[in-house]
Amino acid sequence: MTEASGAVVAQSAPPLADRVGKHRLWIAAALLLLVLPYIPGLSGNFGRSLLSQMGIAAVFALSYNLLLGQTGLLSFGHAVYFGLGGYACIHLMRAINGGLPIPMPLVPLAGAATGLFFGLLFGSVTVRRAGVIFALISLGVGELVYAVLRMLPGISGGEEGITANRSIGPHLLGLTLAPQLQVYYVIAFWTFVSALLMYAFLRTPVGRMCNAVRDNAERAEFVGYDPVRVRLTVFAVAAMFAGLAGGLHALNYEIVASEAVGAGRSGAVLLMSYIGGVANFLGAILGAVVITWLQISLSDYTTAWQLYLGLFFMLFVLFAPRGLAGLLLMHADIVRTRAFPALLRAYAVVLVPALVMAVGAIILLEINYRRATQPEAGTVMRLFWIDMDSSTPWPWLGAIVLIAVGFWLFRRSLALVANAWQRASGEARAAAGVSR
Amino acid sequence: MLELVTFSLLNGVVYGLLLFMVSSGLTLIFSMMGVLNFAHASMFMLGAYCSYSIGLKLGFFPALVIAPLVVAVIGAAVERYGLRYVHRQGHVAEILFTFGLAYIIAECVIMIWGRHPIAYRIPEVIDFPAFRLFGTTYPFYKVLMMAISIGMFAFLYFCFRRTRIGMVIRAALTHPQMVAALGHDVPRIFVLVFAVGTGLAALAGVIGGFALMTEPSMAAALGPIVFVVVVVGGLGSIPGAFLASMLIGIVQTFAVALDYSLLDLLGTMHLTVSRDSPFFDLVSISLTRAAPAIPYLLLVVMLIFRPMGILGTREA
Repeated sequence: MTEASGAVVAQSAPPLADRVGKHRLWIAAALLLLVLPYIPGLSGNFGRSLLSQMGIAAVFALSYNLLLGQTGLLSFGHAVYFGLGGYACIHLMRAINGGLPIPMPLVPLAGAATGLFFGLLFGSVTVRRAGVIFALISLGVGELVYAVLRMLPGISGGEEGITANRSIGPHLLGLTLAPQLQVYYVIAFWTFVSALLMYAFLRTPVGRMCNAVRDNAERAEFVGYDPVRVRLTVFAVAAMFAGLAGGLHALNYEIVASEAVGAGRSGAVLLMSYIGGVANFLGAILGAVVITWLQISLSDYTTAWQLYLGLFFMLFVLFAPRGLAGLLLMHADIVRTRAFPALLRAYAVVLVPALVMAVGAIILLEINYRRATQPEAGTVMRLFWIDMDSSTPWPWLGAIVLIAVGFWLFRRSLALVANAWQRASGEARAAAGVSR
Repeated sequence: MLELVTFSLLNGVVYGLLLFMVSSGLTLIFSMMGVLNFAHASMFMLGAYCSYSIGLKLGFFPALVIAPLVVAVIGAAVERYGLRYVHRQGHVAEILFTFGLAYIIAECVIMIWGRHPIAYRIPEVIDFPAFRLFGTTYPFYKVLMMAISIGMFAFLYFCFRRTRIGMVIRAALTHPQMVAALGHDVPRIFVLVFAVGTGLAALAGVIGGFALMTEPSMAAALGPIVFVVVVVGGLGSIPGAFLASMLIGIVQTFAVALDYSLLDLLGTMHLTVSRDSPFFDLVSISLTRAAPAIPYLLLVVMLIFRPMGILGTREA
């Protein structure tokens, strides 16, 4: 009904409305970025800083998605371009502090240029082969850059890093960049522009060839495109946006340290893109938002948050290789069917034993983690509103029982979901058949 | 000078053999299953930690045998209950699985043994001078490390070349379907190869753990170097992995021993670089400090000039 009326409006109205309709997702995204820092819960300094971090992560993850999702290049060294872009920007910021007349909000462009330069430089060596070999080489290049930067403390500042001040310099449009809100808007602006440009890039012939090279390099070559050149192009573009993200990082934290190029950050961006879903452009953004939020909120509760993140990642690799975006898309056709409520009920039923299992696992991990990393904190710890003493066998036994019972019930209740899913997807297929 | 060269060479060979022990397992697994095992260095780390814990209770020599076996069983379980299922989703999914596994193993090690390096010292039973050269003694444990690695390789080579199971494995490397058609259980051979590969890495961890630092980040430190060895040697080539291990082991040991920089080289040519020059940072790096970057530099140079590696047949 709404679609039909929308079509009528589009026919009778001037082309402007048509254009608005075509780009409504982007316009909505821009509006969302504008109002986000005023939404209750996000309007404090913490919320705005969280949003800024999400923006940076989103640009970085999107640039990674160009490689892994669109071109099938699995990189373990993407942070190289992030970090080098960040270093270029922090040094530029220091020069601006010293009197160079460049407005701070334009600094990330220097990061982009640096990323592009190093992307072309290292890309020309690394993209000759895809797949496993590329993964290995990207890891080697990442380690090389990290090791070299550690040797040059004058440039990298080592582990302590290089600092600068973002509010000293010429003020563009009266932006001092002292309040977090202004930094957020600068980051949001660049995030929006980068996402738009990357999306546009994928619509160009080169962008389409990326997918062709990913799916079948030999055939792409047969059509007349050199896969190596396609890979190099996308590698350089991805490095450019990673460098821009590094520049945003420099602007946000006012410090860049050697960990910015390190293997940990390369792994983190892989985690984000993969959990979000690599096959989908929006997946990277979804992953960046969810993982950034998880990192920050989990680290408040537990020192073992990296372990949970790793387990989370493994669950996706094993059971949902298309990521969060893939899980959501699976349900796109099913939401409208009459069997959907039954599917939701089945999900709710399965969730109970899954949670029981998770609680058991969390207790086991937490008491072990505490015992090994903070022996001085004593054996008693409060988990799920209960004081547990790990020197007695009860928490261990309880946790193991919870896991076992949860697992048994989970296995049994899975059939419910399978049945509901079959009914709902059958109905969705039938509906699609009728409309055709 | 001769003393320095001799000892550096000896230490380089010990380190190279250690690298080869880890990288040969990786190469074996790769050439058989096409799996690039990112968790391989984690198995090395597990070997070191397990032997520490077992050694505390039973002493060094039982640990030397038990720890690699324990880790080999873990490796077999990983293949049987994890990798086998991920295998269907392609190589990228496999790499990601082992990558996530490496991450989780590192966290589990923190969960069991804590965040700080453990006091895994050279066991007293093997800590005595073996021989005296140029007035300096050479420790027995390094000789033992060398002997264990060489003995292990001789044993494996014998199994590979002279036994029936070795023949089946070699056949399964190239013609898995034919081997299966002849009635051999190829998935079980895969489990066996995976277990042997991880066991080798763990054995290297047992004898390397006290020579290097046993800490949760040791896998992340060794892993990339092992990958460099595998690529430089030529992917899938075990003799290539041997040459590359020796090369990297010896070069890195010499780099650590030689405390010279470009500045000193320029000094011999009567050139000086002023402290204010932007290049001062670069030329004043001593070889010792540059040592961590050398394997990766070698990798990049190799890729530019000989992409198939030393003994590889296909281009990397």
